[in-house]
Amino acid sequence: MEKLIYLDNAATTATRPQVLEAMLPYFGEYYGNAASIYRFAGKSTKAVDEARRTVADALGAKKGEIYFTGGGSESDNWALKATAFAKKEKGKHIITSKIEHHAILHTCQFLEKNGFEVTYLDVDGNGLVQPEKLEQAIREDTILVSIMFANNEIGTIQPIAELARIAHKHGALFHTDAVQAFCHVPIDVNELEIDMLSASGHKFGGPKGVGIMYLRDTVKIGSFIHGGAQERGKRAGTHNTPGIVGFAKAVELATANMEESARKETELRDYLIDGILAKVPYTRLNGHRTKRLSNNANFSFRFIEGESLLILLDQHGICGSSGSACTSGSLDPSHVLLAIGLPHEIAHGSLRLTLSAETTKEEIDYTIETVAKIVERLRSMSPLYSDFRSQQSEEK
Amino acid sequence: MSSIGEYSEKVMDHFMNPRNVGEIEDAAVGTVGNAKCGDIMRMYLDIKDGIIQDAKFKTFGCGAAVATSSMATELVKGKTIEEALQVTNRAVMEALDGLPPVKVHCSLLAEEAIHAALWDYAEKEHISIPGLKKPVEDIEELE
Repeated sequence: MEKLIYLDNAATTATRPQVLEAMLPYFGEYYGNAASIYRFAGKSTKAVDEARRTVADALGAKKGEIYFTGGGSESDNWALKATAFAKKEKGKHIITSKIEHHAILHTCQFLEKNGFEVTYLDVDGNGLVQPEKLEQAIREDTILVSIMFANNEIGTIQPIAELARIAHKHGALFHTDAVQAFCHVPIDVNELEIDMLSASGHKFGGPKGVGIMYLRDTVKIGSFIHGGAQERGKRAGTHNTPGIVGFAKAVELATANMEESARKETELRDYLIDGILAKVPYTRLNGHRTKRLSNNANFSFRFIEGESLLILLDQHGICGSSGSACTSGSLDPSHVLLAIGLPHEIAHGSLRLTLSAETTKEEIDYTIETVAKIVERLRSMSPLYSDFRSQQSEEK
Repeated sequence: MSSIGEYSEKVMDHFMNPRNVGEIEDAAVGTVGNAKCGDIMRMYLDIKDGIIQDAKFKTFGCGAAVATSSMATELVKGKTIEEALQVTNRAVMEALDGLPPVKVHCSLLAEEAIHAALWDYAEKEHISIPGLKKPVEDIEELE
């Protein structure tokens, strides 16, 4: 196989071999339905129960507060829609931020069409939600505040404890979309006062199509998927036993090694950021310099467009992603980059590279060199760059 | 969404090895598109005795934008002004063995870039080119 440098771990991660190994028996040997009563199914029932324990421990939660779902988007939909439905007598106001994942934003838009009012908080230039802005926006009829733990594009980590405290002071519930943060950043739901949390297995070496919702036992909201009595009647559907087992195995591996992985990633991430900023002129780092995920680097290169950059990187075996319109499927570049104040043309030239604990220094060296070469090549073709250069020489 | 696999081999070839990148001094020039939407094409046409002697381009944009610019310059080189006017977005697309649906606007941009450069030529030479309309500033108006 040709060279592959996978730097898109925020999109998805490789399923770890130990995770796959843990899952396989539940496809073949122990295929019993975890909800059945005969002894043959007992193995599956027990596996789901143990998985729930592992996940609860990782969050400092009780076992009964963990619900297995079909992924992060489902958990986000559940948290928002079920809270809206349960609390609509108390109020119809929800607060979120402008940089949330579409699983939150589009759900909020759906709720707006159905009689709810949503405030989308601005973020600062680093992508941080400012607690005082939340304090100003919150009202008596605010039922829910939902702020992502860490941003999927620019990696900025929010002051979750502070935001949750403000929500609670005003009698609102606090939900966080922790899809990018869970198993990358230590999270204790009690310390941080989180009422609801969404996470997804494939972002930390687990399988795709399985997620969790942490739901504090004092929070009374209804079910999102109605049907059978699985998950204590809160989430119907036959248990995805192999997926759940794989999820828990990935949690176990990630939490055992979290500090060490984060340290290693941070070191390489900073090496990548410093290297790119030093080698490529007219470049900016998007997101907070230090309050960011250990594996996330996001750059904007002026005068060039992101899709072109991605195609050329792909030709060199490097997988990355961009917030340009051409990669977002719309005419507008990423809502996150616009929210941190980037003009459209600079947002179009963005590149996100997300590392894993397996990324090597050699790979990063090659990436820095390749990115520099490609950006130079694209700039040599860019009318924006030639205009900029001639303007510069006129000024001299 | 776009995936590299959706591009034809010809599009990839013209993106990876674009023909006629550059500028031509004192030539007719047309710039279309806008940076807000992520595509700007600038086309240079060197026209003598009613024939396009040389064509070059500079483009800020996605893979399809670069490929359509490259193909458009290839298609107009050596042509008369009248023939160049017949190089439509469809002709550019066909020459590239098609474009993914979301990228069709790139071929419109290429057609418009040719027209804009011809318009500039007509203005500089104080002539009128039959069938040539003043190019639109914003390509989105064409869709």
